[in-house]
Amino acid sequence: MSGPSTYEPKSGFTKWMDERLPIIRFGADLMDFPTPKNLNYWWTFGGILAVCLVIQIVTGIVLAMHYVANTQMAFASVERIMRDVDFGWLIRNIHANGASMFFLAVYIHMFRGMYYGSYKNPREVIWILGVVIYFLMMATAFMGYVLPWGQMSFHGSAVITNLIGAIPLVGEPVKTYLMGGPAIGDATLNRFFSLHYLLPFVIAGIVVLHIWALHVPGNNNPTGVSVKDVKKDTVPFHPYYTVKDGFAIIVFLILFALFVFYFPNALGHADNSIEANPLQTPAHIVPEWYLLPFYAILRAITFDIGPIEAKLLGVIAMFGAIGILFVLPWLDTSKVRSMRYRPFARSIFVVFVFACVGLGFCGANDPDKLVFKTQADQLALTYNNTNGQPQREIFDDYAAAKSKLDSLPPTAGAAIEIQSTGFKWLWLSQILGAYYFLYFLVLLPLLGVIEKPKPRPASIADSVRKKHGSAPAAAVAAE
Amino acid sequence: MRLAKLALAGLAALAVSAIALPVLAQEHGAPAAGGEAEHAAGGGGHELLEPKGGWPHEDYFGTFDQNQLQRGFKVFAEVCSSCHGMKLLSFRNLGEQGGPFYDARYPNPNDNPVVKQIAATFVNQIPSVDPDSGDAVKMPAKTSDRIVGPYANDVAARVINGGALPPDLSVIAKARHGGAGYVYSLMMGYHTPPAGLTVASGQHYNAYFGGDTAASWSGDPRLKPPGGFLAMAWPLENANVTFDDGTPTTKEQMAHDVATFFAWASDPKAVARKQMGAAVIPFLLLLSVLVFLSYKALWRNIEH
Repeated sequence: MSGPSTYEPKSGFTKWMDERLPIIRFGADLMDFPTPKNLNYWWTFGGILAVCLVIQIVTGIVLAMHYVANTQMAFASVERIMRDVDFGWLIRNIHANGASMFFLAVYIHMFRGMYYGSYKNPREVIWILGVVIYFLMMATAFMGYVLPWGQMSFHGSAVITNLIGAIPLVGEPVKTYLMGGPAIGDATLNRFFSLHYLLPFVIAGIVVLHIWALHVPGNNNPTGVSVKDVKKDTVPFHPYYTVKDGFAIIVFLILFALFVFYFPNALGHADNSIEANPLQTPAHIVPEWYLLPFYAILRAITFDIGPIEAKLLGVIAMFGAIGILFVLPWLDTSKVRSMRYRPFARSIFVVFVFACVGLGFCGANDPDKLVFKTQADQLALTYNNTNGQPQREIFDDYAAAKSKLDSLPPTAGAAIEIQSTGFKWLWLSQILGAYYFLYFLVLLPLLGVIEKPKPRPASIADSVRKKHGSAPAAAVAAE
Repeated sequence: MRLAKLALAGLAALAVSAIALPVLAQEHGAPAAGGEAEHAAGGGGHELLEPKGGWPHEDYFGTFDQNQLQRGFKVFAEVCSSCHGMKLLSFRNLGEQGGPFYDARYPNPNDNPVVKQIAATFVNQIPSVDPDSGDAVKMPAKTSDRIVGPYANDVAARVINGGALPPDLSVIAKARHGGAGYVYSLMMGYHTPPAGLTVASGQHYNAYFGGDTAASWSGDPRLKPPGGFLAMAWPLENANVTFDDGTPTTKEQMAHDVATFFAWASDPKAVARKQMGAAVIPFLLLLSVLVFLSYKALWRNIEH
């Protein structure tokens, strides 16, 4: 797609350099890269993500100059950054909220790729590298959240390391290596800090590969139709897309700034302003919002299947939910890239997005609590009858329950509890989690075979003309 | 086509709500079971109280009233500090810009005579080492010293307080759902326990404390009172702080002022932060308009 280089060195120095290290040519070709002219704003999130990565690395390096990775001092050192370091509050708020902004952008970027079929031939490797980046982002964010050493940091890390311990055979040793000992402590904090500093540079390296892989086939576009004629279908990346991406980046930064300056703690959790105390577990341990859908899938599995226990099954489902993304290019059997021309796929995609967001809500709520009640709370009297069998009787009226309770002998161990009837968060997460896997494993593979796609434009140029009504468009039935 | 666009626009809105709503759900979520454990859950399951005048510092352009911060500090110094410290703050922080005792004549708060006076006469002295004997002694604080509590260590604190550890108050407003509103409600929430609620000795019922009254409630569990039990007796019960600015001393006033002071102490740069935002966001808006116009101009001859 990129074709032969059009760069011509002009001055003596650039000619000299071009024969030795053609780095100026490299940059010039990158800027000149032919880009489909019909890209919409959903395509600006790649640039936004690059900005996010740079912001996180720059602010992170400054924070690391002041942070102390020691369980006795970490919490106070972070508060010192907020209070005594010049503009430390700004740098830390940017870094902490930047993680959320990064994930917001990456989710939109991924949904865009899924809607427009950007993972399909010949772009499978771009997609897979993207999933690797996403996985590393989650690891980096998780370890970063542990560093301030608040209550949620500590107990969140305990939950995650225990999950890894649940994996058969390798789980226990991996968990011990992660924690640096039998329990979470100084060793854990130090290695998390070290890895939290390392992984962003690994991400940066894979981003280079991601962009390299992008520049071989070139960008996908909203029609999914490949570039036929570079002159008619594309414009140079610079200045056309630098200015469009630039605009989108600034709009994104406005949202970013709103959080940094006006709601810096809205995406965090008040429990993390309490210093970590291993002996005191917070009432509700919840991860950061961007991990909630996977947390919901983990907790949705409350049943054993054959010899596999629920806990391990939950871990498999959670990692499977991410792992399945790696094989998405082969699960989607449709030859048509863009869901614009796949009416049924588009519907199931919209439901998929709602399912993902819904799983986020499930992750934030106690699975045993109710989404809604179907009737007013009743009272349940539990006791053991004379044969020692546990009994449960339902009452509407407290006086009736109480008189029955008083009539029972003390040996019955009677107690009155509230009986709520309604729809549990657990059930919602089971339904949505099932749809998540159904989408990838059944619906997408099946639709490619049975769905009849709508006619697609012959070329990008054609689709643009059609949109503007300047010329009749010849549509083709299949690519 | 239009449908797809709608769906995608909805997706963006969802993405934003996906991050905002669970947070809100957590903010106003059910109270935690707690007892003595330190938990962020506040409110005890019902609406927090709001003082007259509310919390202007929580508004977009809201600031702190310096007199109120001074009164709040006085309540802390005369009431709270007998059990609690604020070890993440130094006395000099009180004299920094935006702080209770900031004075433009002393850009370096360590020179501020009021701050010096407060440090030197503060009730809790600083553990130190006598240079002549090497003995552990307590010395009057300097402006650079931390605002420590009265106890030598957590064990001593627990022994004196019947097993409960008075938490450090440096970030208390940030560490509880509801912030200043929670602190105020806790201070005003020492209601007489309703009939049927058994309060263990050494414990005190508070309608806003995060916790669960179920185990101590004899009656319909659906009607159990809100709140929980804590070891701290009502600190304002016998408090009689004389305010230097002549503000009448009432329980509401003391609670309101000390809650505002804690809100400042939890995030002393909040006002500076919001002021910078008021410059950064309009700048970005203006820049976005300029870049958008450049984009329109550049693309005007390209069908897309």
